[in-house]
Amino acid sequence: MDRLPILSIMTWAPFASALVIMFFARRRPLLVRWTSVAGTGVSLVASIWVYWTYDRVRAGFQFQEEFSLVPSLGISYLAAVDGISALMALLTSIIIFAGVFASWTTKQRSQEFYALLLVLVTGVYGVFVTLDLFVLFLFYEIAVLPMYLLIGIWGSSGDVRPQGIFGWAMGRTGVGTKEYAAMKLTLYLLFGSAFILVGVLALFVATGSRTFSFLELQQMRFDPALQSWVFLAFYVGFGILAGIWPLHTWSPDGHASAPTAVSMLHAGVLMKLGAYGVVRVGMGLLPDAAVDWAWLVGTIGCINIVYGALSAMAQTDLKYVIAYSSVSHMGVVMLGAATLTPNGLNGSVFQMFAHGIMTGLFFALVGLVYEKAHSREIFKMSGFGTMMPGIATAFTIGGLSSLGLPATAGFVAEFLTFLGAWTSDYRWWLFPAVIGAFLTSVYVLRVAGQIFWGPKSADPHFQDLADAQGPEWAALGILVFVLVLFGVAPSIAIGPVDTATGPLLRRLIGQ
Amino acid sequence: MMAGDGTLALAALLLHATAFLVLAIAAPLRRLGRPAAYVSILCAAGSLAAAVLSWRAHTGEAISRLVWTWLPSEGQTLATVGVLADADSTVMLTLVALVALLVQVYSLGYLSDERAPSLGRYYAYQSLFAFSMMGLVLAPNFVQLFICWELVGLCSYLLIGFWYERPAAARAALKAFWITKTGDVGLLIGIVLIWRHTGTFDLTEMRVLAGNGAIPLAGLSVMTFCIYLGAVGKSAQFPLHIWLPDAMEGPTPVSALIHAATMVTAGVYLLHRTDWLFALTPDVLAIVVWVGAFTALLSAVLACVQNDIKRVLAYSTISQLSYMMAAIGAGFSGAGFLHLLTHGVFKALLFLGAGAIIHAVHSNDLPDMGRLARRMPQTAIVFTVGALSLAGLPLFAGFLSKEEILGAVLAGGFAAPFAMLVLVAFLTAFYMFRVVFLAFFAAPPAGHAGAAAASGAPHVADASHHASHGAAAHEPHEPPSSMLLPLWVLALLSVATGVFFTVVHPEPEFESPAWLMPVGVGSAVAGILLAWATYQRRAIDAASLAAAFGPIYRGALARFWIDAVFERAYRLALLGFSRLVGWIDRYLVDGVLNVLSAWTVQAGDDLRTMQTGRVQDYVYGIAVGLLVLLLWVQFN
Repeated sequence: MDRLPILSIMTWAPFASALVIMFFARRRPLLVRWTSVAGTGVSLVASIWVYWTYDRVRAGFQFQEEFSLVPSLGISYLAAVDGISALMALLTSIIIFAGVFASWTTKQRSQEFYALLLVLVTGVYGVFVTLDLFVLFLFYEIAVLPMYLLIGIWGSSGDVRPQGIFGWAMGRTGVGTKEYAAMKLTLYLLFGSAFILVGVLALFVATGSRTFSFLELQQMRFDPALQSWVFLAFYVGFGILAGIWPLHTWSPDGHASAPTAVSMLHAGVLMKLGAYGVVRVGMGLLPDAAVDWAWLVGTIGCINIVYGALSAMAQTDLKYVIAYSSVSHMGVVMLGAATLTPNGLNGSVFQMFAHGIMTGLFFALVGLVYEKAHSREIFKMSGFGTMMPGIATAFTIGGLSSLGLPATAGFVAEFLTFLGAWTSDYRWWLFPAVIGAFLTSVYVLRVAGQIFWGPKSADPHFQDLADAQGPEWAALGILVFVLVLFGVAPSIAIGPVDTATGPLLRRLIGQ
Repeated sequence: MMAGDGTLALAALLLHATAFLVLAIAAPLRRLGRPAAYVSILCAAGSLAAAVLSWRAHTGEAISRLVWTWLPSEGQTLATVGVLADADSTVMLTLVALVALLVQVYSLGYLSDERAPSLGRYYAYQSLFAFSMMGLVLAPNFVQLFICWELVGLCSYLLIGFWYERPAAARAALKAFWITKTGDVGLLIGIVLIWRHTGTFDLTEMRVLAGNGAIPLAGLSVMTFCIYLGAVGKSAQFPLHIWLPDAMEGPTPVSALIHAATMVTAGVYLLHRTDWLFALTPDVLAIVVWVGAFTALLSAVLACVQNDIKRVLAYSTISQLSYMMAAIGAGFSGAGFLHLLTHGVFKALLFLGAGAIIHAVHSNDLPDMGRLARRMPQTAIVFTVGALSLAGLPLFAGFLSKEEILGAVLAGGFAAPFAMLVLVAFLTAFYMFRVVFLAFFAAPPAGHAGAAAASGAPHVADASHHASHGAAAHEPHEPPSSMLLPLWVLALLSVATGVFFTVVHPEPEFESPAWLMPVGVGSAVAGILLAWATYQRRAIDAASLAAAFGPIYRGALARFWIDAVFERAYRLALLGFSRLVGWIDRYLVDGVLNVLSAWTVQAGDDLRTMQTGRVQDYVYGIAVGLLVLLLWVQFN
């Protein structure tokens, strides 16, 4: 190898720092944190470097690394990025780097917390850079499993009253507790990964049991009937992680119960794993089925958008609002992909990035508010803007991006998706998408107005609250900066993404 | 000279952007307050100079266009950003730059008691607004137009809610944002549709297509109507006009700049800018006229019953915007645009004048004023100049533009809207001079002797804000020179443009009958006389005047229940429906899942009882299993 294995460095640096933390940082919380900063910092630099030096003219998969793992089954460690995965890796780096700062004040077992978080991130990077489906699946599991411990141990419980015709079942399963949320999330995602595994194996068998390599599978044109059901398996499997309706209910409970950095990472990056899986593996390998099933993917995307927004509006717990807004925004991602148009697909990938950053920002802010005010009850809080102007401003900027205000990344993503929707075969998708953006403006600004911009609360618990401080500013600053930067100069992101979506679509439409 | 290529226009735009960036990033500077204001004002002054120069460089047919790729797609350019400078956009640019500068100077005096960090924040918003508004004015394509359109909406939201600790201000900010956003949904859809329809966002290219007849007419009405919806929200047309009166919760200079002279005119400007497109869809234009005339009348009636001086002006703004809309709908958008420009000057003057009054008496309410002309003669003069301009008397700014609008609507063949607009002209003069007489010349009503702050509890934004400073001297006085100077500039401009147009009287694009001018001026004079007789001479009792219009008067007091309808729709329909969906999600969609898991757990519990630990049970089990297997083998 004549150059640095930059993708592997990016992927394994967090893992290495997790090892350092476990073996050398016992009872030294500050060392834990700085090791995490170092590990994720290396990844951040590496992913910026990859993104910056990615050759847009040559396009295709670059920075390729390969060595064989199990030659007899055609399993190899094959890492490479194209425009889409380079952007996703960059997103991961930004979120985890900010997340390390956002959980700076974790008190309980911070050593294990950071170690698990870093292992999880390695899994995420792995999924984004790996082109071998078997290894991709391994990484996928690595990314999903630590979540159980992270939520189960460091999470927080909420209060959900069982009622309705299924109330008896809810009482029995312990709705609202962090253990319930952790179990629900894990089981749901494992259920999904079973579908993925079946799909991967089906493709493997269809090649004559030769290879798991994405690059080789991509050259084949599978039988349409096989494509059709394998695509559905991938759609359900990856889609669960992307929060597709009606398989999304793990997301609000899971995200609400998870500790700050975990919510950031999960809603910010892991949900993108699902969408990325549908686009890369589902659409990339099964072009005919992707065209056939586009109506389903897009329509469910529209349901996600409107249903998620309305559900978010109904919540009284701040974290649930953000979690449901993720469900709504992931609908935009799926809708954009389903349009099968260049603009729609660019919008979809851009929305993955934009939503990742904004929801990361939101969860960081919710964590900060909770830490200061010890409340997530929206309608009990009021007038925090005077006490914590920095947090209030950041929340408002995140909200504006969420509702698709121009000059933030959210606008570019939604606008491209709208253009794609109207040029797709199902034009009516445009209307639920636009209405979803409007509904978002209602619930986001209502919440921001209630908590931050209003008369100061008389509640004695809510007096003299502090603004963000020290390392917390780092998290907010990075995320707000990225959100605005990519909104003002979207070509930074669209340029490389565009080089990857074009060839993908040409395979789909069959030119 | 570089002027010809649009660089000057770009410079005007970027100066405000610079000011905003400096204030946004350099937080310590912003928190200093006044130094931040000076940065902003300095940039605004430079911007005005650049705008004027670029205006002079773009007379007649001169057009310059600068664009850069903003959004690529498939290796091509999907959307650009840049400037499109021509005669219309540069004169509008100059108006924006002028009013922005004057308002920023005025605010130094008006907000002199503001805490330093808030003052810095105020100027940061002001700069952002000016930048966005100029970006809108100079937009070469629909994408930039929409971007800036939303950004000015954001600034409006931020500035209405500037005193966000006041519940009314926070609520009004949200209301303004949501209502205009409703219209923007239409605009966005319209832009997407028209892009697909014509293959471009670019205004210049689209105009060429329209000129060649290359835009298919099928479905075009839907698209122009959607675009018009955006203008309905922004320019406060019925039924989305309800946000503008509430927007008066913001500081008065903000009302002058954003909610009178510039931002609210963006809808009118949009329609003027794309009049070649709307010309292809006469059915939509007819809607524009009718909605315009109706809104003009509705809001003029509402303006007559307001006691809050700013709300009178707010309804008056709605009414005048609708005037412009009517002219554009009649197919003569030049008349509407001219009125936009003159209105921008004299309405800013009226708002800033009202601000001077509020500054002096610490109240927004007319009954708290009276005979102010004695104590504030300069304010009285400039305000009356503004009122005469608004009424549209000869030698004042609104004269020609109002006549042109009336003529345009008549020439367009819209007789009933014309009659409505003449009635509006009468009402306009009436409600405006009601304010002039009540505030400056008539004696205050009994029980309201002297300034309000001494007696009643002030209850309106600026008033309570000023009252909270606890100034002991409540003798109304002239405002400081930083406020008087902008007032005089605007007053002189109103008179200058009025005299200019009265003397020069440019040839309109259409034929107007000779009786038009006497009718227009006559109705205005009649309005003034009625106001004089009612409020100055008190020859007519205001209460019996109200009683004569019983149902209309009562309806107007309740804002014709339009706000209430929206409120209900929001609370019952939207929030109610969202609660239903939320419940369904939690208890049905998720409930099914919980049932599945409960069953699984239950099954585990039940099956566990099979594990008894007694060997006999297991032997039975093995025996039964064997039997089943044997039978199965036997019958296959």
